Amino acid sequence: MTRGKVSGIIANLVIVDVKDPVVQNEICMILHPEASLMAEVIKIGENKAYVQVFESTRGLKTGTEVEFSGKMLEVSLGPGILSRNYDGLQNDLDAMKGIFLRRGEYTSPLNDQKRWEFVPLQAKGTAVIAGDWLGEVTENRIAHKIMVPFTLEGEWMIESIAVEGKYTVNDTIATLGNKTGEKRDVTMVQKWPVKRPLKAFRHKPRPFRILETGIRAIDTLNPITEGGTGFIPGPFGCGKTVLQHAISRQAEADIVIVAACGERANEVVEIFKEFPELEDARTGAKLIERTTIIANTSNMPVAAREASVYTAMTLAEYYRNMGLKVLLLADSTSRWAQALREMSNRMEELPGPDAFPMDLPAIISNFYARAGYVELHNDATGSITFIGTVSPAGGNLKEPVTEATKKAARCFYALSQERADSKRYPAIDPVDSYSKYMEYEELQESLKETISDQWTGMVEHSRDMIIKGKEVMEQINILGDDGVPIEHHVLFWKSEVIDFIILQQDGFDEVDRMTPLKRQEYMLKKVLGIVDTEFRFAKFEEVAEYFRSIINVMKQMNYSEFHSDQFRDYETQLDSLINERNIV
Amino acid sequence: MSKTAFKRIYTRISQITKATCSLKAENIGYEELAIVGGRLAQVVKIVGDEITLQIFSGTEGIPTNAEVMFLGRPPSLRIGQDMEGRFLNAYGDPIDGGPELTGAEQEIGGPSVNPVRREQPSQLITTGIAGIDLNNTLVTGQKIPFFADPDQPFNQIMALLALRADADKIILGGMGLSNDDYLFYKKSFMNAGSLDRIIAFVNTTDDPPVERLMVPDMALAAAEHYASGKNEKVLVLLTDMTLYADALSIVSNRMDQIPSKDSMPGSLYSDLAKIYEKAVQFPDGGSITIIAVTTLSGGDITHAIPDNTGYITEGQLFLRRDTEVGKVLIDPFRSLSRLKQLVIGDQTREDHPQIMNTAIRLYADALNARTKQENGFDLTEYDERALTFSTQYKEKLLAVDVNLSMNEMLDEGWKLLSDHFSRNEVGIREDLVNKYWPAEK
Ligand SMILES: Nc1ncnc2c1ncn2[C@@H]1O[C@H](COP(=O)(O)OP(=O)(O)OP(=O)(O)O)[C@@H](O)[C@H]1O
Ligand SMILES: [Mg+2]
Repeated sequence: MTRGKVSGIIANLVIVDVKDPVVQNEICMILHPEASLMAEVIKIGENKAYVQVFESTRGLKTGTEVEFSGKMLEVSLGPGILSRNYDGLQNDLDAMKGIFLRRGEYTSPLNDQKRWEFVPLQAKGTAVIAGDWLGEVTENRIAHKIMVPFTLEGEWMIESIAVEGKYTVNDTIATLGNKTGEKRDVTMVQKWPVKRPLKAFRHKPRPFRILETGIRAIDTLNPITEGGTGFIPGPFGCGKTVLQHAISRQAEADIVIVAACGERANEVVEIFKEFPELEDARTGAKLIERTTIIANTSNMPVAAREASVYTAMTLAEYYRNMGLKVLLLADSTSRWAQALREMSNRMEELPGPDAFPMDLPAIISNFYARAGYVELHNDATGSITFIGTVSPAGGNLKEPVTEATKKAARCFYALSQERADSKRYPAIDPVDSYSKYMEYEELQESLKETISDQWTGMVEHSRDMIIKGKEVMEQINILGDDGVPIEHHVLFWKSEVIDFIILQQDGFDEVDRMTPLKRQEYMLKKVLGIVDTEFRFAKFEEVAEYFRSIINVMKQMNYSEFHSDQFRDYETQLDSLINERNIV
Repeated sequence: MSKTAFKRIYTRISQITKATCSLKAENIGYEELAIVGGRLAQVVKIVGDEITLQIFSGTEGIPTNAEVMFLGRPPSLRIGQDMEGRFLNAYGDPIDGGPELTGAEQEIGGPSVNPVRREQPSQLITTGIAGIDLNNTLVTGQKIPFFADPDQPFNQIMALLALRADADKIILGGMGLSNDDYLFYKKSFMNAGSLDRIIAFVNTTDDPPVERLMVPDMALAAAEHYASGKNEKVLVLLTDMTLYADALSIVSNRMDQIPSKDSMPGSLYSDLAKIYEKAVQFPDGGSITIIAVTTLSGGDITHAIPDNTGYITEGQLFLRRDTEVGKVLIDPFRSLSRLKQLVIGDQTREDHPQIMNTAIRLYADALNARTKQENGFDLTEYDERALTFSTQYKEKLLAVDVNLSMNEMLDEGWKLLSDHFSRNEVGIREDLVNKYWPAEK
């Protein structure tokens, strides 16, 4: 083992004098007498390793011994990850003692006592390659596959495999051998370095199927796909986290991994407290059963913040390779970029725009590229849908993190300060936002099948109306209410109906918060019905008043259970309101 | 600084900058304190045997042969009951003429709470100010700043709020406080007869700016003692965090770090988050609530200090002087309490969320009408009503000088709505309208 000695300390950058070989990005332990501190090698000079420490360096002295592990930052992959709360380095937060985090306290990510009911899926003598499913255990209702270690190269033969029964994660469940006579005992746990994409799939076709979120401004207007990527930039307080939490609760995913990266601890607590109580509307299971939380909040060490998104991504890749639909959320990727910036500045690297490291765009795009829809070697499919938030400085989207992310992510959900200020939640700007997937023929086809032939046409129509409404409003603002024809007012108010009834959604109302696709279709039809109706008005003053009452009734519909008596009552009221003024 | 153990004394400083000095020394811990020519300093960089010390009160007049003594410990506070009712400086030494503290030395700027050990903030804090209680309800364990121009009466509002909120301890962290404001706080706390609930750490404009950097950690270490150790409800007031951040930029600038936006250090977000994230609800009932002040320059909230603050805190309270009603308001647009949904409609009356949102939406209509009017257009009858509504809304609810109970605020809200609008203009859930809409006159 390579050893070294601390020779310099600048915040969490530590310089280590070392003579023996050192590997870039390997992990080392600084043997501080109070507690050993974990660190990662980030730069190597002549007989010197520059390491970033994942903890506070308070009290550290020069001369302290350092042990290099020869391994990169790895995560442990195996049953028991779901429902866990980890820090950015995959330490189990619940296993830590005391109320305050103690530096140097590292806890095991998996329970090594628990016995899992293992069912073999392969027989002795079968040829396998990395990632193939050897067997499975049931983890929170999910068929958790035990896979051939991803690090194995080439073809291997199953020489023995455990019979059905209870095993701990460290028991050997299979022995594999290859042509050159190498043997490998396989347990239910394997390790993987987080910064390296975990592949072991056949190929990555273009995503084609909508991932339902129950949020109308997303599903209807700018849908994200299973295996798609998206990002949510927005000034502080515009609703990035609320939106992400809604997605994490409602999205039609098998597994949800939430990386709280450099944000508020109280927001994570909200998930800790609520997810064990809330039900997944589709399976009836508690939400926590499908969820893993990586909490590296803003007061936790900055270097571990950078690691946290990679830890989360690697866990996502692991479950994806079981043929599952994984949703990965990171809040906020800007904090990760800032962590990179802090370190790059400390190392006195030549800074790029806004003092961020020069290679920031490449780092971001490599990360987004790890998401996607994949076909595994056994024809099963799996996906990672990734949505990150971005917190642009000063709310200005012309800053390096937003710009780099825009190139990497295919859906753009821009939160607008103006909409948030006027409480038009979710504050997704309907004009600026986009989903590139809408241009995919594959998605259009699948929307036709799952919703209706007219669907994409209807969506286009509403988008046009929103844009027209905005233009007309600008005209009214310039020319005055009576300076434009009445039709302009009607047009504007029709676009307001789309805004209030489709785009706006009360995230805190039991019913309104989640709208299944069927209901989205129903309401969009209703709204477009109004948009396409001609109404009679004598003066422009009548227009606003009339549409306000239309909106009022339709909002009541949004608040009522779909097709309940109450819903129908409001619908009848709406129809008679329409009949008051429509021209037939 | 009186403690002298058998410490080696160094007398050869090799380099002096505006804020730091460097010398060769051995066996020194990172972030350890030292005394340089009688002034307190802290280790900020170690390269080989060269130690760089940041001298809090500046290096002016420090000779190269100044006596340097390392204290072998990071900054700490003498924590004990004799802190109560005391006014201390940034180092935790008395400035009120009283006796030295005698408690046990405890490290400040200590570790953070394990997120899984936190409780969800859950207890309503009432202040009587409707701009806060109704529109931006506060909860114990929350962290929230006032965004205010330097000439606004934020210190008065903070003092008022602190005394009305029912806290077991109020800890004031004053940074760059004018002497008058310091005396104001002292007087308000004494007049309210609640001096024993107060502990103040004060850095005034007379003190060196870099010393301010210690104030939040001091205040929060004391807060943790009461909140975690004694399960008390602690309210921490930090004023003015903009001056704190300015001190950060002075230091990083003097240490030749690459500045990011607005010449602030690239680590500003993490530096501020470390402070604000000390706000917490502990499982055993204790809590730390942080109310801070971030002064703005020219109302610009895109400046790096308010911007980073907004990204960290759980909302902000935006003070604005309104010329129409001639009062200071809590602006409902830019203000936000993100934790309000944990209590409103639950610990407060069921109609609270809807009243709050509706009134703000109608207020927005009034602002649109105002713009229209200013552009010389005729107003509709609806616009006229929205405008009269907004004037009354500002006077009766948004002004910081109101003092109402929660239900009085809600009733006032319904009254304002029904005075100016019809039931179907407000878009509130029908069952609530039926229940709370005031009887027709
Ligand atoms: N869909 C919504 N419905 C109702 N209120 C909302 C909605 N979205 C956001 N809000 C309000 O806005 C507040 C801020 O939202 P959120 O915390 O998601 O902002 P953010 O963009 O994540 O901010 P930051 O960048 O500071 O983390 C919430 O606490 C809530 O009061
Ligand atoms: Mg957020």
